[in-house]
Amino acid sequence: MTEESSTNDLSRFKTTYFEECAELLITAEECLLRLQEGSDDPEDCNAVFRCVHSIKGGAGAFAFTDLVRFAHVFETALDALRSGRVGLTPALAEVLVRGNDILGDFVRAAQEGVVLPPDHGDRVTQVLNALTGQGGADAKAAASATPAPAPESGEESFLVRFTPAANMLRTGNDPLMMVRELAGLGALDIRADLTRLPARLEDLAAQDAYLAWSFRITTEQGRQAVLDVFEFVAGDCAEVSVEAVGAETVLEPAAPPAAVAHAPAAPPPEAPAHDDHPVSLDHPADAAHPAEGGLRLRAEDKPGAGGVHTASIRVELDKVDRLVNMVGELVITQAMLGQQSNRFSAESHPELFMGLQELSHHTRELQESVMAIRAQPIKTLFSRAPRIVRDLSARLGKQVRLVMSGEGTEVDKTVIEQLSDPMVHLIRNSLDHGLETPEERAARGKPAEGTIHLSAEHRSGRVIIQIEDDGHGIDRRRVLEKAIEKGLVERGQTLSDEQIDQLIFAPGFSTAAAVSDVSGRGVGLDVVRKNIQDVGGRVSVQSQPGVGARFIMSLPLTLAVMDGMLVAVGGERYVLPLTNIVESIRPKPEQTHALVNVGNMLTLRGEYIRLVALHSLFNVEGAVTDPTKGLVVVVETEGGDRVGLLVDELLGQQQVVIKSLESNFRPVRGVSAATILGDGRVALILDVGALKAEGDRDGGGTAPLAAE
Amino acid sequence: MTKCILAVDDSKTMREMVAFTLRGAGYKVVEAVNGVEGLSMLGREKVDCVITDVNMPQMDGLTLTRRIRATAGHAGTPILVLTTESDQSKKDEGRAAGATGWIVKPFSPEKLLQVVAKVCP
Amino acid sequence: MTSETAMETATTDSREQEMRQFISFTIGAEEYGVDIMEIREIKGWTPATPLPNVPRHIRGVINLRGAVVPVFDLRMRFSGTMTEPSAHHVIMVVSMKERIMGVLVDAVADILTVAVTDVQPLPEFEHRKDAQFLSGLVNMEGRMVALLDLEKLLLADTVAQDAA
Repeated sequence: MTEESSTNDLSRFKTTYFEECAELLITAEECLLRLQEGSDDPEDCNAVFRCVHSIKGGAGAFAFTDLVRFAHVFETALDALRSGRVGLTPALAEVLVRGNDILGDFVRAAQEGVVLPPDHGDRVTQVLNALTGQGGADAKAAASATPAPAPESGEESFLVRFTPAANMLRTGNDPLMMVRELAGLGALDIRADLTRLPARLEDLAAQDAYLAWSFRITTEQGRQAVLDVFEFVAGDCAEVSVEAVGAETVLEPAAPPAAVAHAPAAPPPEAPAHDDHPVSLDHPADAAHPAEGGLRLRAEDKPGAGGVHTASIRVELDKVDRLVNMVGELVITQAMLGQQSNRFSAESHPELFMGLQELSHHTRELQESVMAIRAQPIKTLFSRAPRIVRDLSARLGKQVRLVMSGEGTEVDKTVIEQLSDPMVHLIRNSLDHGLETPEERAARGKPAEGTIHLSAEHRSGRVIIQIEDDGHGIDRRRVLEKAIEKGLVERGQTLSDEQIDQLIFAPGFSTAAAVSDVSGRGVGLDVVRKNIQDVGGRVSVQSQPGVGARFIMSLPLTLAVMDGMLVAVGGERYVLPLTNIVESIRPKPEQTHALVNVGNMLTLRGEYIRLVALHSLFNVEGAVTDPTKGLVVVVETEGGDRVGLLVDELLGQQQVVIKSLESNFRPVRGVSAATILGDGRVALILDVGALKAEGDRDGGGTAPLAAE
Repeated sequence: MTKCILAVDDSKTMREMVAFTLRGAGYKVVEAVNGVEGLSMLGREKVDCVITDVNMPQMDGLTLTRRIRATAGHAGTPILVLTTESDQSKKDEGRAAGATGWIVKPFSPEKLLQVVAKVCP
Repeated sequence: MTSETAMETATTDSREQEMRQFISFTIGAEEYGVDIMEIREIKGWTPATPLPNVPRHIRGVINLRGAVVPVFDLRMRFSGTMTEPSAHHVIMVVSMKERIMGVLVDAVADILTVAVTDVQPLPEFEHRKDAQFLSGLVNMEGRMVALLDLEKLLLADTVAQDAA
């Protein structure tokens, strides 16, 4: 690695760095001014130190050597001050404030890529150095990174003795890591020394290290590379000796009493990967612990090694989210332009209208493309399944084969997150309630091993996830009995088989009898259904008695995106679902009526419509209260009732991502959900049906609407 | 299984650098701006390795290291301390506090990955 | 992944020490403590979007990296006066029962390490308005810190109590 390549890699962070520097310089100045005014709060001094330290740290990464040099001098002086080695005098405070200015000069010089005269800040530097008795010598050292030790050429063999101190494991240092790292350097032979193991198991302290090792390593990387392996432990935590030996040196046989850990001659074969692979339940040991057999010693295990070129790049989610937000802003702007264009006639400004139409088209396409970036293969979700199946089948004494397909199916990242709990729950449910024990299966002439099939696919703009088992299916007689017992179904009511099967999702159906500690932590399938519905999904079950059951989850590809109309009421903004909106009008005075005992009404083409003032219902100040000065949005509820909502103005049509209020709070009357607008603020999505009910109750507002 | 690394640093630049580099190498990274946040993060995320700065407001990196060691389930979690070359004493203090190792600032992405791979494969 | 044994040992250790950590914060002259494990992050005040039909101590919802999070005004809850939030006020983001919620307070004060045996129960004669939301008291060098039972305090509001 070279200094150049590393600075290139990090250069993308320069913007953040300079932004941060600007903030740090201001914070430092504020604290310095307080110190100058006689503050004796040690935190002021500490804060300045941290600011300068952070500026220096970043400068080092970008190799801004002049900046590092000065920051180091400044930092050293501040360290002396905060540790009390130097007292603060008014004169020194003055110098520190000046020092911060000079630090700012160096930051700006680095930002603009200019070089300041070599004597810039010399006087302050001298005073600060005099204060701490330092020359400029070690500052230079601080500016340069540790040079990577030059690998020596040619293959050499070393005999390494490694004896951990008892406390080594308590610093998080794992001998296995070091063995792996050594193995990455070249051919390795290992002997474990078990002599320090206590004779009696009860004398063994789990947190203490007892084993010691001898290694013979043959490497081209040289002695330093071998020593570096033990960099963190040599000294206080372990005795390490590295001795050059001839290649033919053989390790002496291990001392008794126990087995010797050998590095296997060849790496153990990996489980073959299939597209549609059954997952074996006796998993390869992933428990990494010292002195256990089957060490996997392969240099290519190291992350970051190798440079595979694929046609993809890795982007931070923050950046994508920013993009999504920006596109949201763009959509608002576009909708506002559309709104404004209503003042013109399409005949007199044909180019304007054509342009707006194209803008709208491109915006929508851009938005869809951006949402597609967030899509992820569902593999990340499915990868949890093997472990759940393995653990649970062992506990339940059932034999289970897990088959997965469609792991490559792509879904919005947020949908994947929302799906996790329901999927885990349904898998547990299938294992616990669906599949029979090997004995029961044998009695029914089924293979002892049951199968759970987890699959994902795209179907008409949604993602379908199915969890299918070949167990005994739903016991309809018992389900019906229980539903009657719970009062969910009237006795004597006739239900189809399908209707009975869906009863298992009914609230209050799951009870102690059905919920073992395995499948539900006391949570029933009604919660699964609610979680899925919260994100605009559906879940259903198909069952064939004796043959098996299949749970089907269907979700939108991106998390519940909705077309909405953004409206302003006072300082607040709300979203109305576009599907509810019939029209919007600016009523004339003769159209509005305040009826005693009924409330405010609006006449529209001979029809009376209840007028609901949102500002009054929601207690918003500063809103338009006169319907003839604002706008009335006529909306239709699911039940077909119409109601007029008084708002200040329409801000534009926009696609919004629905965020449930329930996930962190609870349902709120009049509000169906929330969304996040382009500027990062939360806006509420209105529940038109509930608003109509509210309006009916209090007459569309507490007082008659002002009519001037 | 993706390893999760907790990066604790009050400097946004440093956090971004560390997080970007590690994410690029396939690690999951969660971030915290000081020891207090770091500690509470540890209670919520399954953290496999911690990288912490030393100088931070509210709770410094060494205190954080001691607190992590005293936290159930993290007696053996690798903790790497970010330190500057001039503080040899910080390495010793770090080790005394229970840190696994250190990363010397300034570091290159390669160096960071190399050190992390050393304690958290 | 920490090994099973390490985990067990650490549990034993903490049982021996029985220490808990709290973050303390102020509301006016009162100091309250919240278990550090319940706190997800601490952020400066950002204006919340008000919610209709909720008690006044619920200031509204904020956007926390894409999540819609309610913010509770503790001063309003305890004393019936609204906090006039400024840039210096602090929202403590707590996570509880898989929910994320924000609590508006004046300022973060301290990190306290307290032996469980030093937590005193609330005296019965104590007639504090906030008594029902406290789990105990701690005397920190003369300062009385009231430990909050966040679950009681916040989860009560997550149940829809309005009969439409």
